[in-house]
Amino acid sequence: MANAVIFDYGVGNLLSLKTALEKAGLTATIGTTAQDLAKADAIALPGVGSFTASLERLDKVKDILQTKVAEGTPLLGICLGMQLFFESSEEGPGSGLAFFKGTVKQLPSTVKVPHMGWNTLNITRPNELFEGIAEGTYVYFVHSLYPAPIDPEIVVTKTEYGTTFTSAVAQKNIYGTQFHPEKSGDIGLAILKNFAKIVVR
Amino acid sequence: MTLAKRIVPCLDVDHGKVVKGINFLQLKHAGDPVEMAKRYSDEGADELVFLDITASHEKRDIMRQYVEGVAKAISIPFTVGGGIRNVSDARLVLCSGADKVSVNTAAIEKPNVITELADVFGRQCVVIAIDAKRNHTLTDGKIMTETAEGKVWFEVNTYGGRKPTGIDAVAWAMQAEKLGAGEFLVTSMDKDGTEDGYDIELTRAISERVNVPVIASGGAGIPKHLLDVFTDGKADAALAASIFHYNKYPVPVVKDYLRKMGVTIRQ
Repeated sequence: MANAVIFDYGVGNLLSLKTALEKAGLTATIGTTAQDLAKADAIALPGVGSFTASLERLDKVKDILQTKVAEGTPLLGICLGMQLFFESSEEGPGSGLAFFKGTVKQLPSTVKVPHMGWNTLNITRPNELFEGIAEGTYVYFVHSLYPAPIDPEIVVTKTEYGTTFTSAVAQKNIYGTQFHPEKSGDIGLAILKNFAKIVVR
Repeated sequence: MTLAKRIVPCLDVDHGKVVKGINFLQLKHAGDPVEMAKRYSDEGADELVFLDITASHEKRDIMRQYVEGVAKAISIPFTVGGGIRNVSDARLVLCSGADKVSVNTAAIEKPNVITELADVFGRQCVVIAIDAKRNHTLTDGKIMTETAEGKVWFEVNTYGGRKPTGIDAVAWAMQAEKLGAGEFLVTSMDKDGTEDGYDIELTRAISERVNVPVIASGGAGIPKHLLDVFTDGKADAALAASIFHYNKYPVPVVKDYLRKMGVTIRQ
């Protein structure tokens, strides 16, 4: 069975994502080293912690991560994990992985922040990650920042909360969601099953 | 804006067993938190809250077990509260699979714990629970609110609502937000257990003054009460126990009603 390695930045709940990836049909392990990532059939960057602290943790595996992604290993970033795909963040200093051009911005203060709860997806571009997922589907969000990609081609879904923001991105083997599929009930599981299909393909 | 209002069943847990409202479910293991969590999740609950009232030196082991069980069984968010006093307590439940911790008495006694928790886990994991009771004595420096029974202020109670603190609940919420609270769980001591409706004025007083979500709690008896607390009370989420536990109004019935009344509710 294909093995997804969840990179551990050292804080918070990884069990939900591990369990959800297993329900989606992958084996899932927690990894902290370059060796762990080297063996991965897929890599997940979870959504816990802060931009700057996570980048520090990622530093020692950055090279292998870049290599694996260049080789075509599917990568899934969730929430903060996806924000790390961009160049910088208003949350704190540090250079992101820069897979995509663009920055991560604060949600406007006209709405309550964190954006916490179930909100809808406007699917702007067909992508295999969202195969079978209906327009207007509710998924679970909990975040204070959002990605602002420069390249509109990578935007897959948008969501509205104080502003219309990019809630999922995809390009080649790199996939990212601002929402938490592992916390989004059956819909989230369907999205992770789509990811699992991409992995075993 | 399409963010849905959240419906949040609450489960009281003692020594690893749900202690209220286990009558209706006809479960194989009555009172099993994992089985009840699964049931509510399947019914369409948006989130769950577990309030652990275990008073025992084995509390941490007991919590770790069922929190892990719940995390593996459901894929919606859940909060665990009850006796969380520091980063170590919070780490135990978060690393066992909970998404948020709720802190009550410890935050009042040592407000800096809010900042410590927010720094380590992020503020989205930090729910500050406030048990508040109406106080009719006009007092200088308190935030007074106009109600049907005259002007009141809301007093924070700690230790499960047993100890009045003299602290203004609205002012406390504003302070706690600055310290790093990511959400408030506001329980009315006056309304809790009455099934007479939420304390709308209390919920609104806090919700209008903080810029993080507010979960209203205490008093839900019929679906209309949830409607009122969402519209008049400006709550972002409504917590309830008995209305769901005894199957008077199952989650789908409440959600259908709210949807018909024009509230944005997750399908």
